[in-house]
Parts: sequence; structure tokens; C-alpha cells
Amino acid sequence: MTALALENINKSFGSVDVLKDISLTVEPGEFIVFVGPSGCGKSTLLRTIAGLEDATSGRIEIGGKDVTMTPPAKRGIAMVFQSYALYPHLDVEGNMALGLKQAGEAKAVIAERIQGAAQMLSLEPYLKRRPAELSGGQRQRVAIGRAIVRKPDLFLFDEPLSNLDAALRMATRVEIARLHRELGAAMIYVTHDQTEAMTLADRIVVLRDGRIEQVGSPMALYNDPANQFVAGFLGAPSMNFLAAGQLGASGATLGIRPEHLTVGQTGRIKGRITHVERLGGDTNLLVTTEAGETVTVRLFGQHPHCVDETVALDFDPRHAYAFDAQGLRIRG
Amino acid sequence: MNKARHNPLNSAAAHGALILYTLIALFPVFVIIINSFKTRKAIFAEPLTPPVGDAFSLIGYQTVMKQGDFFLYFQNSFIVTVVSLFFILLFGAMAAFALSEYRFRGNTLMGLYLALGIMIPIRIGTVAILELMVQTGLINTLLALILVYTAQGLPLAVFILSEFMRQVSDDLKNAGRIDGMSEYAIFFKLVLPLVRPAMATVAVFNMIPIWNDLWFPLILAPGESTKTLTLGSQVFIGQFVTDWNAVLSALSLAILPVLVLYVIFSRQLIRGITSGAVK
Ligand SMILES: Nc1ncnc2c1ncn2[C@@H]1O[C@H](COP(=O)(O)OP(=O)(O)OP(=O)(O)O)[C@@H](O)[C@H]1O
Ligand SMILES: [Mg+2]
Repeated sequence: MTALALENINKSFGSVDVLKDISLTVEPGEFIVFVGPSGCGKSTLLRTIAGLEDATSGRIEIGGKDVTMTPPAKRGIAMVFQSYALYPHLDVEGNMALGLKQAGEAKAVIAERIQGAAQMLSLEPYLKRRPAELSGGQRQRVAIGRAIVRKPDLFLFDEPLSNLDAALRMATRVEIARLHRELGAAMIYVTHDQTEAMTLADRIVVLRDGRIEQVGSPMALYNDPANQFVAGFLGAPSMNFLAAGQLGASGATLGIRPEHLTVGQTGRIKGRITHVERLGGDTNLLVTTEAGETVTVRLFGQHPHCVDETVALDFDPRHAYAFDAQGLRIRG
Repeated sequence: MNKARHNPLNSAAAHGALILYTLIALFPVFVIIINSFKTRKAIFAEPLTPPVGDAFSLIGYQTVMKQGDFFLYFQNSFIVTVVSLFFILLFGAMAAFALSEYRFRGNTLMGLYLALGIMIPIRIGTVAILELMVQTGLINTLLALILVYTAQGLPLAVFILSEFMRQVSDDLKNAGRIDGMSEYAIFFKLVLPLVRPAMATVAVFNMIPIWNDLWFPLILAPGESTKTLTLGSQVFIGQFVTDWNAVLSALSLAILPVLVLYVIFSRQLIRGITSGAVK
């Protein structure tokens, strides 16, 4: 049995095609992350899975049942929204209880589930407070609690951490990973954040313009991207793309990750440093080459390079990726 | 903190301007009320003095009370205003929700059609409305007035409310759908409380014209049992002699219920603004 199966999903708003022929299977307990540039259709895909939008064509199966025509509440899913979307007129307990009440659960069951979720998320002291009386992090935990009490087969998260500050984001990310281990349910998670995608995902789905570009484990996508888009999208700072001809390589474009470039006195790529970023653990150099291309170099540790220094960069051909003129990977 | 906002001079100037405006706005009301407590002679001799000593008289109020049906007129006006407002808010909010929330064929066209009603005054259709009411036998009933006022108030209500409803977070409505709330529950429990300030605005905008209207009561419900307050007060205004005491007393009394309604709505307005945010 699969947790979710999408078969040839298409979705258009009027004449605009937002999702194009999306097919994907998610195994029970799997953590899937959707990434992609803004406007590529991540939220729309998530909302289609939830049943908040109807697919124009295609079939959706959740937990082995065809739910293409099922209303959201009966799909066995729970969703956490970017803006938390807590009911402003209900206290924390009421927010968590509403879905269960609507489903006709017994009072005792509701109380027990809320107790469990509150314990898991350390929300016990706040059960009687309204959303307006909570901090951003607490509100996000209530939103997650509201999802947990429904005991869904599939969790949907739409950029749940993007309204939190960096420290809280890190803590909540760890918490979500822990919840995933404890609950064992499948999760689909939309994010813009590289770190979240890489650290949480069992598999990452990269979307562009409503199409799936590549699906695979974080390291598979990082080490073996199928095309130039995926190669450039994952990794920060992102991959350098250089015209292949000048370097005597095959294909149209050569991709080299910033950490795979070495700085020395001799090397195939000559250039001038235009900017230095010192992060303590890393040093990033921006180098303008003689051919006028800008290249990012990531050095580990601290280095005394300074702006306007001329440098020669080199790389190990084993760490270079060749792409053809269409951006498809040429595997050698 | 903004320093300019706490500058006592600026603050005094702002209060001065507001107080001046309040005085100007309230002056006519004040004159009506003091004169309603005076004898006819005093009204014309010294209209701006307070009703003390010889000038004091309750004759105006006595005339109004003696006219007997005055309480009935009050009741009629009140029923017509409150019921019309209720329907305007209910149907206006429902239509606004449908227009702002659902994508369906003709959505934009429907919105434009409703907005057209803002620009075309309903009085243009008076003759047709009168014929309609005669044929349906609704002449001389409060229902006729209620229907007309509801129709008159809907376009602006839909226009204002749909603008506000578009701003209610989609995520919140979707959270409700995932929790299994019906569309009606989402409308009544989630959306309406969040647009309460807009509802209060619409109510206040519609209340005064309905309360004060003379045109439709005169045409559609001039009968003794369905007279509204404004129409009822006209008996004191004659072609040759006008009973000013009675007119002023009737007007003073007519202010009261509107004042009560206004206080109710404006409290809602403030409560709506200060109640918990979405995020
Ligand atoms: N209700 C709608 N009507 C018309 N077009 C829409 C609607 N909702 C979304 N779109 C379009 O669909 C596309 C995908 O939107 P979507 O919200 O799914 O993007 P996203 O990948 O979630 O972006 P972001 O990362 O910025 O959240 C966008 O181009 C958007 O303009
Ligand atoms: Mg989105």
C-alpha cells in the first residue's frame, strides 16, 4: 500500500496551466520535500492533494483509496499552513478539538488526543489561551498540534517555518524531524529553505514550471543531478556554470560546485577576486574570470585572500558536471 | 515612539479642531432639543436660549403624545429599519462571500451587475415598484418598505463586504475545510466575525437613510397603521400653520432610537478592530 499516489495530475486556472502531468508515489512513513522556485506550483500541488483545489485531470490515491472526488475532511490528511491559520475565536484546546468534534469523536477520545499532542509539543500551559495571546513559535506548535490530533495518514506542510526567526526555525525543524520519527506517518513538506530540504527529506521532489524535474534522496540529487536546473537549485552557494569550450571539456556548459574549486598560482581559470565573505568556518570568494564570468569559490576555514588579488582556479574533472545546450546532463 | 504625536501643542491643536467640528455638527441638534422644551413664543423670540423659567414648556411633547399613534409610528420605523438592516447584512454578506470566495462562470459579471445598483438610484423605479406592490397586494404593509430598503442597501453592502472578505486569509478558510466545517459554518463562524467592522460600517451607512426616508413610506405605506415616524411627523407641518413645538419634539424623540442603534454598531466596530488577529 502507498501513502499517496498521484497519476498524471494536471491543473489549470483558466487558460494558465499550473501543474503539468505530475505523477508521484509516496511510501508510508516517507518524508517528501517539495522544492522549486517561487510560483512553480508547489502550494497548488499541495492544495490539490488536500482536496482544496480540484485537479483538472488525473487521479489521486491516499492510503490506497481513490480520493479524487473526496472532500478534504474525509481524505485522511492534515495540513499545516504558513500563516498558522488558527481559529481566532477559539482557545488552543478548541483549535485542536474542532476537527475531531466535526468528525463526531467521543469527548473522552478528544480529550485524550489533545492531552497527547499538548504533551508532545509542550503546549500544556497554554491550552486555555487564545491564538492572539501566543508567540509565533507557540502558534506554529498549536497548528502542528491541530494536525497531529487528527491522526492522519498523510501530513501536508506548506512552508510552516518561514514566519519564524532563525533560531526558532532550527529548533522547530528538529522537532518536526522528531515528530516524524515518533508518529511514523508520511509527510509532504513544501519549503524554500535548502537546509530544511536537505536535512528533513527522505526524498526531494524538485519542481519547475509545474513539472517534476527530478525526484531522489538529497544526496542523490546533490551528487548526481539530472539537469542544470536541479544542479543549480540545490546547494548554497549554488553551482558555478562555465562555458565548456574554453576549458576543453565536452558539452555546452560545465558545472562545478564552489567547494570543488581550488585556489593556487597555476590553474585553468584565471581571474580577479571581487568580493570576499568571511563566515568564520568558511570563506567565500567571488572571482571574475578573464572570460568575464563570475565564479564562487568556497574555501573551508579562514584564508587571507583579499579583494583585487589575481588568482588561478582549478578543479578535479571528476567533480565537474557536463551539460548539453538544453541543460541536460551528459554522463561520461 | 513618535515624538511629534506626543507633542502637547500638536495634541492640543488636534483636539481643538475635533472639538470645533463636534460643536458645529451638534449645534443644529442642540437647537432642536432646547427649543422642543420651549413655548411657541420663546422659540421665535429667543431661539438660542436654554428652556428656563417662563420659556419652559412641555406643550410640544404633550401634542405629540396626544396624537395617539405616535408610539405606533415609532414601532413601525424601528421594525422597518432593524429588519431591513438585518436582511441587508445577511444577504449582502452571503453574496459577498460567494463573489469573493468561489470561482464560477459569470462571477465578474454578477459583481458588476450588483455594483451597478450603487450608481442607479432606486427611486427611478418608483412607479414600477408601486405597480408591483399593488399587484402583489403588499401596499400598506411594512414588508413592502422592508423589501425596497433591502434592495436599496444591497449593492453597496455587497461591494464593501466582498472587498473585506477577499482579505480574510485563505489559509483560515482552508483550515476549516480540512477540519470538516461546512461552507455555512466557515461563513458564519470564521469569516463573519472577522469582517464585523465592515458590517458595522455598512449598517451605519444604511441606517440613517432608511430611518429618515419619507419617499417610500408616503408612496407605498401611507396607511395609518403602517406610517413611519418621518411620515407621521408630517401632520404637524401644515401648508399655512406649522406646529413647531410638536415638530421639534417629534424630531427630538426620533433621534433617540437611531442613537441607540448607532452606539450598538459603533461598539461592534471597535470590538472588531481590537479582537485577535489571524496570525
Ligand atoms: N487561484 C488562482 N488563480 C489563478 N492562478 C493561480 C491561483 N493560485 C495560484 N495561481 C498561479 O499558479 C502558479 C503557482 O502558484 P503556487 O502558489 O502553487 O506557487 P508556489 O510554488 O507555492 O510559490 P511560492 O513558493 O511563492 O509559494 C502561480 O503562477 C500562480 O500565479
Ligand atoms: Mg506557496
